[in-house]
Amino acid sequence: MDRPKLGLVINPIAGIGGRVGLKGSDGPEILRLAMVRGAAPQAAARAAEALRAIVPLGDRIEVLTWPGPMGADLCRQLGMACRVGRGLGQGPTSGADTEAAARWIRDEAADLLLFAGGDGTARNVCAAVGEQIAVLGVPAGVKIHSAVFAVTPASAGIVARRFLEQTSRRCRPAEVMDIDEDAFRQGRVCARLFGSLCVPEDPSRLQGAKVGGGGGTGQGIEGIVATIVEQMQADPDGVYLIGPGTTTRAVKERLGIEGTLLGVDVVYGGRMAAKDADERTLLEWVADRRAYIIITIIGGQGHLFGRGNQQISPAVLRRVGTAHILVAATTEKLIGLGGRPLWVDTGDAELDRQLEGHIRVVTGYRSYTLCRVGR
Amino acid sequence: MPNPSRSYPYIPNATARVKAEMLARLGLTDPMTLFQEIPEHLRFKGCMDLPEPVADEYSLRRHIEGLLNQNRHCGQTLNFLGAGCAHHFVPAVCDEVNGRGELLTAYAAEFYADHGKWQALFEFSSHMAELLDMDVVSGFLYDGAQAVATALRMATRITGRRKVLVPATLGSQTRMIIDNYMRGVGAAQVEVQTLGFDPASGLIDLSDLADRLDEETAAVLVENPSYLGFFETQATEIGRLARRHGAEFVVSTDPIALGVLAPPVHYGATIACGDYHPLGIHLQCGGGQAGFIATDGDMRYVTQFKDKLYGLVPTVQPGEYGFANVLFDRTSFGSREKAKEFTGTSNALWAITAGVYLALLGPAGMQEIGQTIMQMSQYAAGRMAALPGVRLAFATPFFKEFVVNFDDSGRQVAEIHAALLRDGIFGGVDVSGQFPWLGQSALYCVTEVMRQADIDRLIDSLNRVLS
Amino acid sequence: MARRRPDPLRRFHQARWDEEMIYELSVPGQRGVLVPRAEKAVVEAVGDGVSAIPDDLRRVRPPALPEVSQPRIVRHYARLSQETLGADITPDISMATCTMKYSPKVQEHIAARHPGLTEVHPLQPGETIQGILAILYRLERFLCEISGLDHFSFQPGGGAHAIFTNAAIMRAYHAARGEAGRDEIITTIFSHPANAAAPATAGYKVITLLPDEHGVPDLKALKAAVSERTAGLFITNPEDTGIYNPHIDAYVQVVHAAGGLCAYDQANANAVLGIARARECGFDLCHFNLHKTFSAPHGSMGPALGALGATAALEPFLPVPRITCDGQRYALDHDHPLSIGRVRSFLGNVPVALKAYAWILQHGFEGLREAAICSVLNSNYLEAEVCHIPGVTLPYARGQRRLEQVRFSWEKLREDTGVGTEDVKRRIADFGLQHYWTSHHPWVVPEPFTLEPCESYSKEDLDEYIGVLRQIANEAYADPEFVKNAPYNSSIHRVPEQFVDDPDRIAITWRQYLKKGWAQRQTQG
Repeated sequence: MDRPKLGLVINPIAGIGGRVGLKGSDGPEILRLAMVRGAAPQAAARAAEALRAIVPLGDRIEVLTWPGPMGADLCRQLGMACRVGRGLGQGPTSGADTEAAARWIRDEAADLLLFAGGDGTARNVCAAVGEQIAVLGVPAGVKIHSAVFAVTPASAGIVARRFLEQTSRRCRPAEVMDIDEDAFRQGRVCARLFGSLCVPEDPSRLQGAKVGGGGGTGQGIEGIVATIVEQMQADPDGVYLIGPGTTTRAVKERLGIEGTLLGVDVVYGGRMAAKDADERTLLEWVADRRAYIIITIIGGQGHLFGRGNQQISPAVLRRVGTAHILVAATTEKLIGLGGRPLWVDTGDAELDRQLEGHIRVVTGYRSYTLCRVGR
Repeated sequence: MPNPSRSYPYIPNATARVKAEMLARLGLTDPMTLFQEIPEHLRFKGCMDLPEPVADEYSLRRHIEGLLNQNRHCGQTLNFLGAGCAHHFVPAVCDEVNGRGELLTAYAAEFYADHGKWQALFEFSSHMAELLDMDVVSGFLYDGAQAVATALRMATRITGRRKVLVPATLGSQTRMIIDNYMRGVGAAQVEVQTLGFDPASGLIDLSDLADRLDEETAAVLVENPSYLGFFETQATEIGRLARRHGAEFVVSTDPIALGVLAPPVHYGATIACGDYHPLGIHLQCGGGQAGFIATDGDMRYVTQFKDKLYGLVPTVQPGEYGFANVLFDRTSFGSREKAKEFTGTSNALWAITAGVYLALLGPAGMQEIGQTIMQMSQYAAGRMAALPGVRLAFATPFFKEFVVNFDDSGRQVAEIHAALLRDGIFGGVDVSGQFPWLGQSALYCVTEVMRQADIDRLIDSLNRVLS
Repeated sequence: MARRRPDPLRRFHQARWDEEMIYELSVPGQRGVLVPRAEKAVVEAVGDGVSAIPDDLRRVRPPALPEVSQPRIVRHYARLSQETLGADITPDISMATCTMKYSPKVQEHIAARHPGLTEVHPLQPGETIQGILAILYRLERFLCEISGLDHFSFQPGGGAHAIFTNAAIMRAYHAARGEAGRDEIITTIFSHPANAAAPATAGYKVITLLPDEHGVPDLKALKAAVSERTAGLFITNPEDTGIYNPHIDAYVQVVHAAGGLCAYDQANANAVLGIARARECGFDLCHFNLHKTFSAPHGSMGPALGALGATAALEPFLPVPRITCDGQRYALDHDHPLSIGRVRSFLGNVPVALKAYAWILQHGFEGLREAAICSVLNSNYLEAEVCHIPGVTLPYARGQRRLEQVRFSWEKLREDTGVGTEDVKRRIADFGLQHYWTSHHPWVVPEPFTLEPCESYSKEDLDEYIGVLRQIANEAYADPEFVKNAPYNSSIHRVPEQFVDDPDRIAITWRQYLKKGWAQRQTQG
């Protein structure tokens, strides 16, 4: 068997804005400002923490990385042999460098791409390789809304090591989220779903007593989809607004509908009625019909409304009615919230208050978990 | 406060000095402080109406043995009862192994601490696989009836269909157990239809089967041998019909017959199941029942098993055997309600015991014991049928049990058996109530533990009773 | 006094026999035991017997079972026994949620050796099994006292089976009241997974409550979960974290007010024997694991018995037969038209019931309380010490007392060293201890380990256990790879995980192992 290949990409400037209160590091001007404010790069240190679990593997794996601060320097520092791709000119690194590195690592058929950065870095990786190879994020940025990151840098290393040591590796799609940094700095939060990456099943929650039993939320997802489809069949005349995310995408796949990952699709009579609809279109569809909203919890933060699905506006929500909201998520995702409630931030405080309380989340076939909703 | 004068041989820290020392380490004096999180109104107050403890071991033994001595048992009384719990020969080595403290008091620990247990259980599955000529075996069902129920539910999952066809000659307790697993909340989860049959032979009515089989049928169940003892001689044809409609062919069998009887897969079964109580386990008033399910190695089937499956795997030491839980997510330990069905503690000690039994008997022993059973039961049936007023209910060949009809004697089974009991004989199970169409009939069970003289004694006694 | 060793840790090495698979011991023609054959006169009368089987149902080739002499078989199994660490061998503090209690030998010997039990057929006439019926009847009365409920059934073959039976009773109860539309049950994530899986098997939808910051599900969540669809609640208390839910009676009231029933999984009853009961909390149904709380051994994972308790209102739905007594004679009563029928053949696992009967009889009320007190004392002592081991944290319920078990976390150890709970668990076998229980899935407490030092273990046993955990934590900080590659002193070495679920390699039986070419791979190294 060939040695497993690990790709490593560090966004050296990730996280640089955080400590100096800049809410992100996207764009050259912010970067300059951060440097002026005395920010020091954190990403390499975070990546080093993750690699601690990998170093003992020695030459049992092959490491592929990008020159200088994007990986090669750190490998040298840790005494890890690595093969370095050709790229990176002078001057500060940019998103384009991350994308070039990720593409090269994909082309070299790496088994796993470990990147250190934040949501912006995740977006770059997503743009470059999508779900084509397994990817895992080492949290090193200011914004960590995406569900592609391990809980801590050390966990990322442990998950990566386990993944590389297995022969039958399992992945699941996970959402890449980001917020508009300009808006964020001005006090408005405007999050979007940008796509999905393919991440290793998280063994820290799942492996346990099975000792070698492969994990699998696949069963959970299948069960979730079956339950939602059953509920849709129970009211075939209803209009269904299906929100963004990988879980809801699986529902559309089961229905044989080619929907969007990022947008809100309208399904009526078992067919796609409006793809990637905007608020106005949604309002038209629900105006005089019995309607339902099917959404999932996007990203790692537990947002229900107001992040990545703003098309489902307060007006749409009021028209559909809070009793007609179906929420789906895997149990692992809910437990990953660590006891925090689900969030709503529709922009309509009165509506947010109505949505507060407890909601049933579909977590498997005919099984539900009760979750608290907060603002 | 507990009575300070009492001693507890099984509770080391009940010793006053030790208890005080441990409490002191926690900064406590009153042990009841430990229960402070239980609100006062939820505490039990007063004294439970339990008997004064039997203080010493000898008195306890006297008391319990005194109760057990009130029972009669099959060592003193000639026993023809079976009906799913037959009296078979138990080799001494079986009792020796299952009495070993290491295995008796082990539990769910994994292979590093309990490697030997895992190997014993793996060998059990392997022996059953040889006996059944199938690749995958689970032995952790509560009894043969649950094995049938789970086999049928596996069939519904494999086929995505919701109807099963079962014989009318199932024992009533088996049918009740199956029904409990098929019922649902409101509507049934699985529709159970009972197949028509021929009262003269007990065999399934093939034309009724053909009528009921359709694209909704998940499984056809056959018992071979049946609860009423006979072989379902049309099994090959039934299996063919079932498979033609895409249904699973589920056969419940008696493993002790399989040295002489073909394993179900040879006549088309896709899922085999049954109860392995006959393999080296004492009667224990029904406490030794244990079910198994077997299929071939196709992953479509393997992934539908509900209980733990133990797989042989290598360790990091070349040439060393290790074990692991295979496909753990199938089980409810792995994925709660999303699992196939619930699982839990069942009968591993009996699985180990049956493994010992099959190793002891080997291929020759299994052949011989099957033959002995058939010879003895045929001898007994022949002798009984020759009595005036007594006939066999079915002309169909049988394994160890057969139905004897007393209608022509003008006597009730209950009455005849009461008389036999006075002669030190447990007559067979009275099935007149369970199957009214059989008239006054009893199900007699004859195994290798029966000697010719025993059967002659039964015949003598019956002769007296019936004349 | 315990022997003082120079090194506080035991220098242990488990038996490592490198024992063959029994198939590798097979020598054609060898026999392990001879079986009875029919007498000559019988053979003369009936012939070979097997010709009666139709041709297509006759076995053609004998089964390929091993052929081994009796001495070698006995040695084989004696060796496998030595490679097994039962509770007789080691303080089984590890297997929490399962109360690994000492099983007194006297009751084992009676149950395994007295023909008045071992050779009794379950369908014998009632007057010939009066002794057994008396034991079952009296045990039922004992458990009614201990739980405060009114009736018990001994049919379920284990705890999970009892939960299934409880779900079947709920199903029958609501159907009898014309409320078959109640199709949802509620449980909590820290209740044993069977509380979700068994009702699901009975056809119920399952709603799970997550813990709040105190580690118990909040009452508001329960209130939001109940409706006219609620059939019932399935809950453990104390939960598997060892935390007692002090509002349990309020939970029950909420469910009752919605028209549902409440079933109490008393797998953790060892904490509350003689201290608190199902009745005072308002439960309608409960079950005890007689093979845990009431001392019957686990038998490598059964036979077991989940004794099922019910209030008088639910008695009509209990499995048949029921045992009755007219003051003198005991009898079996099958006539209960509303009964769910049966969940297991015959009378259930009678030997297990006998052991529980004997254990209760030896302890009496005071003894039961003493067992609970000592088990909770042991757990509190252990908790206090284990919390000081580097790398251990204790999520939830800070400052509160837990009862008979505790779910700890090695998350800090994992973050600090990369050594997780699965690694520690493997290493622990090197010290002659059973693996500990991590947690059921999914893991809510990260890197969990759950310990239950019930009343059977002495202070010295606990100190030894604590010493072993401390030693492993120290090793993890000094040399994580060493712990990751454990075990070293076990019967076998580490099992790499990658082949376990590989369809091309799965070998559940020896014949499958041979078919998949494992043997060749092994010899090739």
